[in-house]
Parts: sequence; C-alpha cells; structure tokens
Amino acid sequence: MSVLEVAGLRTHFFTRAGVVKAVDGVDFTLERGQVMGLVGESGSGKTVTGFSILGLVDPPGRIVGGSIRYRGEELVGAPDERLRELRGNRIAMIFQDPMMTLNPVLRIDTQMVEAIQAHESISKKAAWERARDGLGQVGIPSPEERLRAYPHQLSGGMRQRVTIAIAFLNNPELIIADEPTTALDVTIQAQIIYEAQKVCRERGAAMIWITHDLAVVAGLADRICVMYAGRIVEAGPTDDVIDRPLHPYTVGLLGSVPSANKRGQRLNQIPGMTPNMLALPKGCAFRERCSRASDACLVNPDITEPAAGRAIRCFHPHGIEVPA
Amino acid sequence: MSVHADRAPGAPEIRVETPFQRFRSEFFESRIATFALGLLALIIVLALLAPWITPQNPYDLAQVDVLDGKLPPGSVAYTGYTMWLGSDGAGRDLYSAILYGLRISISVGVASGVIAMAIGSTIGLIAAYAGGRVETVVMRLVDLQLSFPAALIALMLVAVLGRGIDKIIIALVAAQWAYYARTVRGSALVESAKEYVEAARCLGLGHARIVFRHILPNCLSPLIVVGTVQTAHAIALEATLSFLGVGLRQTEPSLGVLIANGFEYMMSGRYWISFFPGIALLLTIVSINLVGDQLRDVLNPRLKK
Repeated sequence: MSVLEVAGLRTHFFTRAGVVKAVDGVDFTLERGQVMGLVGESGSGKTVTGFSILGLVDPPGRIVGGSIRYRGEELVGAPDERLRELRGNRIAMIFQDPMMTLNPVLRIDTQMVEAIQAHESISKKAAWERARDGLGQVGIPSPEERLRAYPHQLSGGMRQRVTIAIAFLNNPELIIADEPTTALDVTIQAQIIYEAQKVCRERGAAMIWITHDLAVVAGLADRICVMYAGRIVEAGPTDDVIDRPLHPYTVGLLGSVPSANKRGQRLNQIPGMTPNMLALPKGCAFRERCSRASDACLVNPDITEPAAGRAIRCFHPHGIEVPA
Repeated sequence: MSVHADRAPGAPEIRVETPFQRFRSEFFESRIATFALGLLALIIVLALLAPWITPQNPYDLAQVDVLDGKLPPGSVAYTGYTMWLGSDGAGRDLYSAILYGLRISISVGVASGVIAMAIGSTIGLIAAYAGGRVETVVMRLVDLQLSFPAALIALMLVAVLGRGIDKIIIALVAAQWAYYARTVRGSALVESAKEYVEAARCLGLGHARIVFRHILPNCLSPLIVVGTVQTAHAIALEATLSFLGVGLRQTEPSLGVLIANGFEYMMSGRYWISFFPGIALLLTIVSINLVGDQLRDVLNPRLKK
C-alpha cells in the first residue's frame, strides 16, 4: 500500500481581496522509502501542499476538495485528535529556518523529550536516551553536551541537524521537508542533505523534499513533481525529468540553473513574473510566459501521460513539434 | 564529523555569558536601580522581621497604652522605651506600627499582584491563541474595564463585598487582571506567529502544552515588568481605599489605615502620625517603580543600545 496518495487536492484561501487558489488540483503517490522532490518557485503552493497533508492549514485557508490518504486512511476531514496522533509521530515535518523552529527558551533535551512523550508513554530517562541517540545519528558530536544546550548556543547547521533528529524521533513513515537547506550555506547544505538522506534510508521513511532548487533534488529524489501556480505541471522519475523535460516551465527552470549552461553564455531566464494568485490567467497559468503557447492554451490542459511514469499538463510539450 | 565541532579538541572551553548573567550585569549598570533594589530589599527584610525588631506589638492591646497617645518623635513611652517616630492617637509606637503595616501592605500588594497575573495572563494567552470571537469578546471586555479608573472599580467592589484582607485582595485582582491580560495577549500574538509554535503543532503537541510551555515562557519579559509596576499600584490602591475608610479594618492597620488615623491630627501640628507612614509608603512604591523601570529597560530589546 502506498504511504501517501494525494488526489485532486485543492486548498484555497478566502481573503478579503478574493479567493487564492494556493493549491488547485495536486495529485501524487508516494511509496514506502521513496523520496519525492516537490519543485516550484515561491508562491507556487509547495508549502501549502505540505501543510494540507498535516491538516495544519490555518484560516482563512481551507481544504476545499480532493483526498489525502495515508496508508489508505482518509485525512481530509479526519478528526483533529486523529491528525494530532499522526503529526510528529507517523508524519513529521522539517522546516526551512532552523533559527526559528526551535523554542528559544527551552533546552534541546526538553524539546526532544516532549516530542517523544507527546506520542508515547515512556519514562523521561528512556526518552532522553532516545533523544541522545537521535542526535548522534545526525552527526552531532558529543550529543549529551548538546542536549543540555539552548538553541542560541548552537550554529545554524547544528540546529538544523537537531530539527532533523526531532523529526525522526518517533520513527515516522513520512517526512515533509520544507526547504530545509535554504537558510544554510552551501557546504552545510550538502551535509544536511546527506544526513537526511542517510536517516531516511536507514529507517525506510518516505520523504517529500520541498525546494525551489532543482540542483538539490537532482541528486536526492527518486521522483520530481514540478509545481506552478498551485498545480503540478510535470511529474516523473528524476533523471527523465532533468534530462528530457517536457513542460516548457521545467525547460525554463533547468535553463536558468547556472551549472547547466556553458561558461560565458547568458543564463536563460523565464520571461515575465510569477502570476498574481488572485488573478490567474485563463486556461494554462503559464501561458503568458510561455514561448510555445497558442490559442489552445486558453483552456486548462488536463494531465496527459506521454511516456511511462511521466505526467504533464501541457498542450505543446517539448520534443513534440508546435503546430503552426 | 569533527570538522563541525565548535572547537578543536584540547582547546580551552570558551566561557559564554548566560542570559541571566548578562541580565544581571545590565541591571546593575544603573546606580539608581541598584540603590532602589537595595532599599526595597531593606524594606522587605524590615517588614519580615517586624515581630523581632520592634519594641511593641501594635496589635496586642495589652502592650498599647492610651496614656502614650500622640507623643512626639523621640519621647520616652510610659513602658520605658523611646518612641523615635512618636505614637498615634491610640498610643501605638509608630515605628512598630509602620513595620507591621508594611507587612500587611506588601503582602496584600504581592498576593493580589500574583493572583491577578495568573488570572490575567491565562485569559490573555487563551484570547491570543484562540483568536476569532473568543479574542474579540475578551479584549473588548478588557477595553471596557480599562476605561474605568482602577480605583473606582475597586471602590465599588469593596462597597459590595465589605472590608477585610481577603475582600480587598479580590477587589484589587478584579481591578488589575485586565492590564496583565492585555500585555500578555500582545506578546502572545507575536509569539504565536513564530515558526517554533508551528513546529510544535507539527509535533502533535496539545494546545495546553503549546500555550503554557512554549508561548508563555517567551512572554515573560513584559509580564515581569508589568507585574512589578502593578504590584506597586496595588499597594498604592490598597492604601487609598484604606485611607478612604473602605479598605482594611483598624484592627489590622496597613499603611493606609495609619495615614488615615493621623489625618485628623494634621491641623493640630501632630504631623508625625500621618507623615512617617506616608514616607514609608512613598519609599516602598518609588523603589518598586524604579526597579520596574530598570527591568523594562533591560528586558525590552527595542530599548537596547
């Protein structure tokens, strides 16, 4: 059974200025131990997708449609109590900024023990020992000393290791990592990715790695889903998507990665701006920035599967000639 | 992974100032605050030790002699000791009466401060965390209450409840909880928006745990400041009520009762009966307020240079 099946998920925010369709039809399936990269620019709905899975969408936001199944169990509309049992226990989250996600006034051990005891009746001592082992597993030297520290006494990389350790404390089956390396410098980024990947493999947990950085997921994810304006526009195995992107937006994203271009050549830039989520263009949301758009794009494209395991929402995918 | 260790093996440990040490050194930077804290400590110690360091127990009628009444400062009492601050109309030694009065004034102020803080901050936290209608109702109630002078509310309540220490504490709590609620709600709103609260929710922690273990400790700085200032207010308010004759009874004289007792003799030149208890009240309140001011300067990150 799949760990997670998301089908037709729609999460909208009802603001005074209008309805923001932050997530508007997202489908994907995640198998046990699989790592999925969820890629997209800011405001494309990646994070809201993550929070929807945890049932933590705050008003004025609301899940208005679709289903989220964890091991076959429907989570949309599930009682709060059940969602709280799952959160931090079966489904855990890692956040972007480690400077902000640890409570500044509580010691590391307090926060870790509390995370264990929230889901298990276990003695404080046993919980403390598990916390210590958890810190050791993410490569923190002298974990006993670090457990007694306050967050401000640790560096950014160290803190992100702590939050990863916290996420894995209760042996979750699914980890949602929301840009966990964005706030860190590049050398630390590589280490954090390495640690997260290692713990994930060891425990057999599935992971959704949310990022705007294709280079990060290229070496990490089994599958990639590219999001644009609340929809998944392209999905497929990582190597296929990177080597032979089909959707013009994915092509544009890959073209703007510096390492993919020749030295001295100008970087390809996607023209235009991210669309205003309150006033999305009719039809395909990428239409106005797309070089291949035609009148057909005034209608929202459905998902098609041009090859095995690949899915796109586009009438004029790359590799197929544009009709005149 | 030793590359990421904070220091090379064998290197001496760098002593990092703990937040409390930094707080302490910043607090004592101001000479006035240091002096005020010392004075406050002295006043509290004197009040605590009153039964052992005063020549007379002013509550024990056997030790009070009306023949010693209205003696000027420095007179020798009928029973043999010197009344350095004089005596009041009933023959009570003012020095003893002031120390015993301080005990009552300070304990009433601290008790009502602590209870009001507990009630007010719980209400404020719940309002901030719950949001929506709960918050609107609670905060409009707070606004409504704050639009009346605290003295007026306390006065009305005491008129209904009657006199006595317990009743005056109830009245003071009712008059002051709103200040705490508003302060805590403000900083709890800021804290709830921070990511660590979101992270705590993602860990599946319960609401009560998030509110009291995660948000409340982060709201402590403004709470300490308001608590100090409001305790001084409570002491002043109790003295006001007692002075007006609706506070504490004559048998349990707080500073306010002592001031009221001496007031009728003011015009006849027997200033000391009101004057010395007044000075004691003034010193207590000023020292608490000075300490509170310095706490505010040290604990408020916006005022830091």
